Amino acid sequence: MLMKKLATAGLAAAVAAGAVGVAQAEDGQYIPVLSYRTGAYAPNGTPFANGYVDYFQLVNERDGGVNGVKFIVEECETGYKTDRGVECYDRLKDKNGGATVLSPWSTGTTYALIEKATNDKIPILSMGYGRTSAADGRVFPYVFNFPSTYWSQATAVVQYIANEMGGLEALKGQRFAFIYLDHPYGREPIPTFDILAERFGFTYDKYPVPPATMTEQKSIWLQIRRTKPAYAIMWGWGAMNSTAVKEAANIKFDMSRFIGNWWSAAEPDVLPAGEGAIGYKGATFNGAGTDYKVFEDLEGMSGLSDDGDRGTVLYNRGMVNAAFIVEAVRLAQEKYGKGKHVSGEQVRWALENIDLSAEDVEALGLTGLMPPTTVTCVNHEGTNPAILVQQWNGTAWEIITDWIPAMTDIVRPLIEQDAAQYAQENDITPRDCS
Amino acid sequence: METLYLIFIDPFVQMVVEPAFLVEVLIGGLMSGVMYSLVALGFVLIFKASGIFNFAQGIFVLFAALNFVGLMDLGVHPILAFLITVGIMTVLAFAVDRLVLRPLVNQDPIILFMATIGIAFFLEGFGESIWGGDVRPVRVGIPDAALFWEAGFGEILVQSSDLFAGVIAAFLVTVLALFFHFTPVGRALRAVADDHQAALSVGIPLNNIWVIVWAVAGFVALVAGIMWGAKLGVQFALSTIALKALPVLILGGFTSIPGAIIGGLIVGAGEKLFENYWGVPLLEGATEEWFAYIVAMIFLFFRPQGLFGEKIIERV
Amino acid sequence: MLYREAGQFKTSYSADQAMLTIPLDRWFVFGLAAFAIVGVPLLASEYLIASILIPVLILSIAALGLNILTGYCGQLSLGTGAFMAAGAYLAYKIATNITWMPIWLVIPLAGLCAAAIGIAFGLPSLRIKGFYLAVATLAAQFFLLWLFVKVPWFVNYSISGVPTAPPRSVLGFDVTGATATNEAKYLFVLAFVIALAWIARNMARSRIGRSWMAIRDMDIAAELIGIRPLPTKLSAFAISSFYCGVAGALWAMCYINTVEPTAFDINRSFQVLFMVIVGGLGSVLGSFLGAAFIFLLPIFLNSAPGWFGYSVAGDIITHIEFMLFGALIIFFLIVEPHGLARLWQIAKEKLRLWPFPY
Repeated sequence: MLMKKLATAGLAAAVAAGAVGVAQAEDGQYIPVLSYRTGAYAPNGTPFANGYVDYFQLVNERDGGVNGVKFIVEECETGYKTDRGVECYDRLKDKNGGATVLSPWSTGTTYALIEKATNDKIPILSMGYGRTSAADGRVFPYVFNFPSTYWSQATAVVQYIANEMGGLEALKGQRFAFIYLDHPYGREPIPTFDILAERFGFTYDKYPVPPATMTEQKSIWLQIRRTKPAYAIMWGWGAMNSTAVKEAANIKFDMSRFIGNWWSAAEPDVLPAGEGAIGYKGATFNGAGTDYKVFEDLEGMSGLSDDGDRGTVLYNRGMVNAAFIVEAVRLAQEKYGKGKHVSGEQVRWALENIDLSAEDVEALGLTGLMPPTTVTCVNHEGTNPAILVQQWNGTAWEIITDWIPAMTDIVRPLIEQDAAQYAQENDITPRDCS
Repeated sequence: METLYLIFIDPFVQMVVEPAFLVEVLIGGLMSGVMYSLVALGFVLIFKASGIFNFAQGIFVLFAALNFVGLMDLGVHPILAFLITVGIMTVLAFAVDRLVLRPLVNQDPIILFMATIGIAFFLEGFGESIWGGDVRPVRVGIPDAALFWEAGFGEILVQSSDLFAGVIAAFLVTVLALFFHFTPVGRALRAVADDHQAALSVGIPLNNIWVIVWAVAGFVALVAGIMWGAKLGVQFALSTIALKALPVLILGGFTSIPGAIIGGLIVGAGEKLFENYWGVPLLEGATEEWFAYIVAMIFLFFRPQGLFGEKIIERV
Repeated sequence: MLYREAGQFKTSYSADQAMLTIPLDRWFVFGLAAFAIVGVPLLASEYLIASILIPVLILSIAALGLNILTGYCGQLSLGTGAFMAAGAYLAYKIATNITWMPIWLVIPLAGLCAAAIGIAFGLPSLRIKGFYLAVATLAAQFFLLWLFVKVPWFVNYSISGVPTAPPRSVLGFDVTGATATNEAKYLFVLAFVIALAWIARNMARSRIGRSWMAIRDMDIAAELIGIRPLPTKLSAFAISSFYCGVAGALWAMCYINTVEPTAFDINRSFQVLFMVIVGGLGSVLGSFLGAAFIFLLPIFLNSAPGWFGYSVAGDIITHIEFMLFGALIIFFLIVEPHGLARLWQIAKEKLRLWPFPY
């Protein structure tokens, strides 16, 4: 593997040496990538990065970039470490005319970069992770987390469970289990669940999984076996997910009543459990598989990743991430000049005015991959946060529901409250969006 | 008052009321303990023979398992892959001896300890660069089914892979015990462990002995790695769990093979009991992360040499 | 010839006891400090200050702290990350709850809290040593991080659990928060570094430092000549944790801008330990050299191929980084157990004779 990689690296180097010269002459849109292809989270980080980078390559080759402006993509390995992410950001942000937009792919790094990026006028697109309250665009003008936040997702998952059980009233008196990574990321939805529990009259048990020993979950599943929750919900990442799925299968937990959030439901999470994982569900906002028009375009294209992960959930999500950015750049060019390089600030404006209807998505060949999205100045989460639920059938993820909307009436006040606290602690005057 | 009740009375009431759950927790804990023991065993072997605390033992487990799985994925027959991996671990032992231990002979134990941290880092990078960072399931036909055992007081869940691991561990310990007691090499190893100079003076070649010990530790690591891999898939998260072997050693004593086994079982069962009866109700859970270390730390106050360790007598 | 000790006479005890007795050394150190204070903010690029100098300086403080414990007092610790976390969380707590307190007081106060925690976890050191103690410090590492994540009081019940460093200023310049310039942050960190390094150097050569070293070299012998092991070891733990706490507070406040647990996990502890080993056990200078070396090596590995027009996949670089770290640790332990600091000494000795080596 090393030899093969070194050989391809050498080859890539020869190509890159030529490409760099061209790129500088053309003044393309620069996209720094904070990827993590090593460490404990590599099984999840690698397909995500591959999908992201491949989509930019596709746009460059198929369309010649956006109106002739190509994308220059550069990766920086972070190993999912916050300080390395910050260093990568500082190193790359000013190269090639400045970073267009940044997707940190780590909740920790996102938190660390919010102030820096705001100062540097580089927008952050933390797609479904990062700081939830950044959905309040008045306090966080440069941070975007559409198509949905953790809190919205939590409400949508509860909504889905209610649908399955026969309405929100049926939640009353039910007992659920919430298994989460004992880390700010995993703890984030707890306040939302607390409110939901109070409003709908259910209870839930919290089962934290320590990050240092996330493959040791025996006690948790023994408890779950004893308490027999109606549903189990998981907020996990990395090796924690596959272990949980495996342990759940071991105790013969009804897998169709076990739902992961969208960072807990990808191929690396279910494959180790083999047969036992069949029936496991997960939230998502993008389809899996390669039955989409865009994959026909990828066929036979050169310079793409070759890790054999095309069509996996996270690969496709990486593509969606890139597609949002490409469309934002396109929109920015429409306002600030077609065929011209656009700055981070101009892309920020575009991100805030994204209005992709179902037809727009169809035109891109991304129907089923990318949710139709509308973002406003006030609402950086998108105006209609919703999730799909997918189920693992042993070989592939199948989407089994239509869009399930989040309970924005519950989430939005929480977001505004947290954003207001942030604004107060940091002496920020929220901008006026009207 | 209520807190006191929750700490001192309620857990025991629950244990009596729901004995099936207690048994399940205990079995689960003992089985995790077997895994800790297998790693700790490797530590003890090396410590006994050379007085070196081999921090890299956890990575050895991972490295051995990675090689084994990697070879199997290339289409090598499991038995052949096993033998090749044993060979690789022997070569590794030889390399460690020549490149690291020899030049550091007569240094402080603490220096050698830090050198093994270096080995750990090197092997982690080396293993991952050769075999990649994906999770690789081990398919050697270890049965992994949930068995439900109907006891008189309720239904009890037992994992067949856990039972299998327990049997393998018992077998391994027996083999090692026989090896140490009845083979010339084993006797030489024990002699070296007792007194280096005396062993040298009766003509035991110290150089080879070290290589053998490290190779045996590598073999134990391979077995532990396969057991763990069969449960969780071979992945880099394994190496952090291996840190748990440290408190196990504190409890069991650094020089005692039975101590490593019993220490592992105590830690495994103890942390599961604490988590289920005290951690989750009182502390919001996730106590397994630190329970073993805190217990080891408190234990050290009273019995620094461990349950079965030899008493340390210091001379000026 | 250029660098020599000969012909420099001291005429008073105070001159003899000065920290830097050789004028050339003294000028060099003062010059370096002056350059760091005045020259760097004027000349260095933003990237150099924000992403290289600030973290290296902060990690140097942590390395100094661990060096006091491991290098001078001989007590191995794998809990550096936890003591840094203690500093970071408590600095945030103090800064947000006692708003009138100036930030330059908040950070040492957070360090004092870390020191108190350090003493608690240092208590077992009386009975145990070596890697036994390493396990006790691992207990600190895992338990403290669990505690900080678990108890919402530490983060002011913030919903997200990752609070942002509040904006605070010194002499009218913002040094933390979003509005602080990199230069201001850098100078703020530098002030701590200079003060703490100066104190560390003086402690090392005074009574307390000598008693640490006596304990390190042979504790029983030290006890026999009248050094009480308990206060000596605990003082090392306390002072070491104080340094680590200050480093953690600065890391959260002036570098990554948020207080989050993963920044202080077990890998941080190992990283700082490596800095101490590579830099030189028992050397103030070594702490700085080690911090710079260990922090910069991966960045160098990442950037170097780019300078030559090559692009190497990031994962390969990280694997090489791990292997290189491991190999370097072994290399230094074998070839130069006193680390980079010793290499510097050798260079000085060579310089003393140059250009006439005989």
